[in-house]
Amino acid sequence: MRLRAPLAIIGLVAATLAAAPASAERLIVSVSNHRVTVTPNYSGGELVLFGSVEKDDKTPANRSNYDLVVTVAGPRADMVTRRKERKFGIWINTDSRQFLQVPGYLALFSNRPFDQIASPEVQRRQQLGLNNVTLVQRVGPDFADVVPNDPFRSAFVRLRSEHGLYREATSAVTFLTPTLFRTGIPLPAEVPIGTYDVEIKLFSDGALVTKTESAFEIVKIGFEQFVATTARQNGLVYGLVTALMALMTGWMASIVFRKD
Amino acid sequence: MQLYLPIADIPVNVFLILAMGAAVGFVSGMFGIGGGFLMTPLLIFVGIAPAVAVASVASHIAASSFSGAISYWRRRAIDPLLAAVLLVGGTLGTALGVWTFTFLRSLGQLDLMIALSYVILLTTVGGLMFWEGLRAMLRARGGRPVALRKPGSHVWIHGLPLKLRFKRSKIYLSVIPVVVVGLVIGFIGAVMGIGGGFILVPLMIYVLRVPTSTVIGTSMVLTLVTMVFATMLHAVTNHLVDAVLALILMIGGVTGAQFGARAGQKIRGEHLRLLLGLLVLAVGIRFAVELVIRPQDLYSIRETGGAPP
Repeated sequence: MRLRAPLAIIGLVAATLAAAPASAERLIVSVSNHRVTVTPNYSGGELVLFGSVEKDDKTPANRSNYDLVVTVAGPRADMVTRRKERKFGIWINTDSRQFLQVPGYLALFSNRPFDQIASPEVQRRQQLGLNNVTLVQRVGPDFADVVPNDPFRSAFVRLRSEHGLYREATSAVTFLTPTLFRTGIPLPAEVPIGTYDVEIKLFSDGALVTKTESAFEIVKIGFEQFVATTARQNGLVYGLVTALMALMTGWMASIVFRKD
Repeated sequence: MQLYLPIADIPVNVFLILAMGAAVGFVSGMFGIGGGFLMTPLLIFVGIAPAVAVASVASHIAASSFSGAISYWRRRAIDPLLAAVLLVGGTLGTALGVWTFTFLRSLGQLDLMIALSYVILLTTVGGLMFWEGLRAMLRARGGRPVALRKPGSHVWIHGLPLKLRFKRSKIYLSVIPVVVVGLVIGFIGAVMGIGGGFILVPLMIYVLRVPTSTVIGTSMVLTLVTMVFATMLHAVTNHLVDAVLALILMIGGVTGAQFGARAGQKIRGEHLRLLLGLLVLAVGIRFAVELVIRPQDLYSIRETGGAPP
C-alpha cells in the first residue's frame, strides 16, 4: 500500500488535470519525498514542495500576479482541550471541549499575508489561515466550529503551535519565476504518523483560479515504533514480556551483586 | 544521548534517566524501600505523563523488589504463609486500583488524583516518620531505652476471628487485618505507582506486630507480586507501560541500590528514619506547591481517538 502511494498521487494529479479544463491555469506540483521515514532519533526535518503554474491560450494575457496558499493537514484524530480552574485553593481541570477529527498537523503557507491575497469573505470560504480553518467542536449536542477568538479554540491552536504542529507562514511560498514556486514543509520531531494531505490553491486578483492536491506519508520505523505498536495491539504479550524483563533484571542484579 | 520513549512519546536523555534510577536506587537501598514514591514524581517532573510514569514505575519496582526478595529468601527472612495471606488482599487491591485508574483517566481527573494522593499520603507519612525519628533521637539522647515493640500488649486487632499461626514470624493473628493491609497497599500501589513499602513496613510492625526479622523480606514479596500484577494490568487495560523507560530505570535502580545499602549500614536507625521522613515530606510538599500555584498554562490537550469510526 505504501509503495502505491506515489502512484496514487500521480493518479490524483492526472485526475486534477483532467477535471480542470474549465479554468485557464493548471497547477503542477510535486513533494520532494512522498514517504518520509522517521527514526527514533529524528529531531525534525523539512520536505520541499515544488510546482509551477501552467498557462494555456485561454489565460488572460495580462494575468501575471499569482498568489498561492498551501495547506498541509496531517492525520485526523479526536482531541480534548481542558481548562484548569481554581477550586478549593487548588488548580483542577473543570471545563473541557472535544475537537472532532481535527488534523494532528496543520500548516498553512502563502506567498504574502492572507488579507492581501483575498477578501475576508473569500478567506473564510477557502479556509485561509489558522483562524479560518474549520475545527469542529462538540458543543453540547451540536457539532460546530466556533468563532476564532473562542478561548478553547485559540488555546488549542496555541498549544499545537507551541509544539510546531500547527503553523502558518505568510512568506513561506517563494516564486522563483513568476510561475515557478517552492515552499518548505517543516516537520517537527513530534509529527504524528499517517497520511498528510497537501492542498495547493492558486489565487489571482482575490479570487480562486484553480487548486490541486498532493499527499505524502510519514512512517515511523525502528525498535521504538515496534514497541509502541506491540503495546497497543498485543497488550497481554507486551505486559508479560515487560514483567519477565523486570524479573530477569532483578535476578541478574541479585547474581551480579551477590555478597556471599 | 537522546532516546525516544515509545509509549511516553517524548525524547529523553538516557543518562538523565539512568542517573535518576541510580539516585532513587541508592535511596531505596539505603532505607530498604522500593523507591516508587520518589521515582514516579521525578519522572513526572521531567515531563513524562503521570499516567505513563505510574504504569512504568510498577515494572521498575517489580525488578528491584525481586532482587531484594531473592536475597531475603536466601537468609530465610520471608514468612511464606504471611506473604500468601497478604497477597490475597494485594491482588484484589491491585485489580481495584487499576480499575479506578482507568475510570479516573476517562474522567480527565487522573493527573489531579495522582497529585492529590501524593500530597496527602506523603505529607502524612513523611510527617509521622519525621516526628517518630525525632522523638527516638531525643529519647536516645536522654538515655532512655527505645522500645519499638511492647510484648504482650493486645489491641482490638488481636480479638478478631479467623486466627492463623504464622510460624516463621512467630505470631498468632487473624487473617482479616492482614488481608486488609494487603488490599490497601495493592490499591495505593496501582493508583500511585509506588510499591508501598514505606507504608507497608510500618503497618506490619505497628499494626500486625510482625517481628523485624521477617518484615522487610515478606513486604518485598507482596510488593513484587502486586507490582508484576499491576504491570500486566496497566499493559492490558491502558497500554501505558513504557518498557524502554522501565528498563533504563531498572538498570540504574538495581545498581544504585547496592551502593545505597552499603551507605545505609553506616547510619544509625533513628537518623535514617528522620532522613527518610524528611525526604517523603519534601516530595509531598513539592506536589502540594504544584497544585496550589497557578499553572503556566491553564489549557491542556489530549488525544482521545484515532481514525474516524
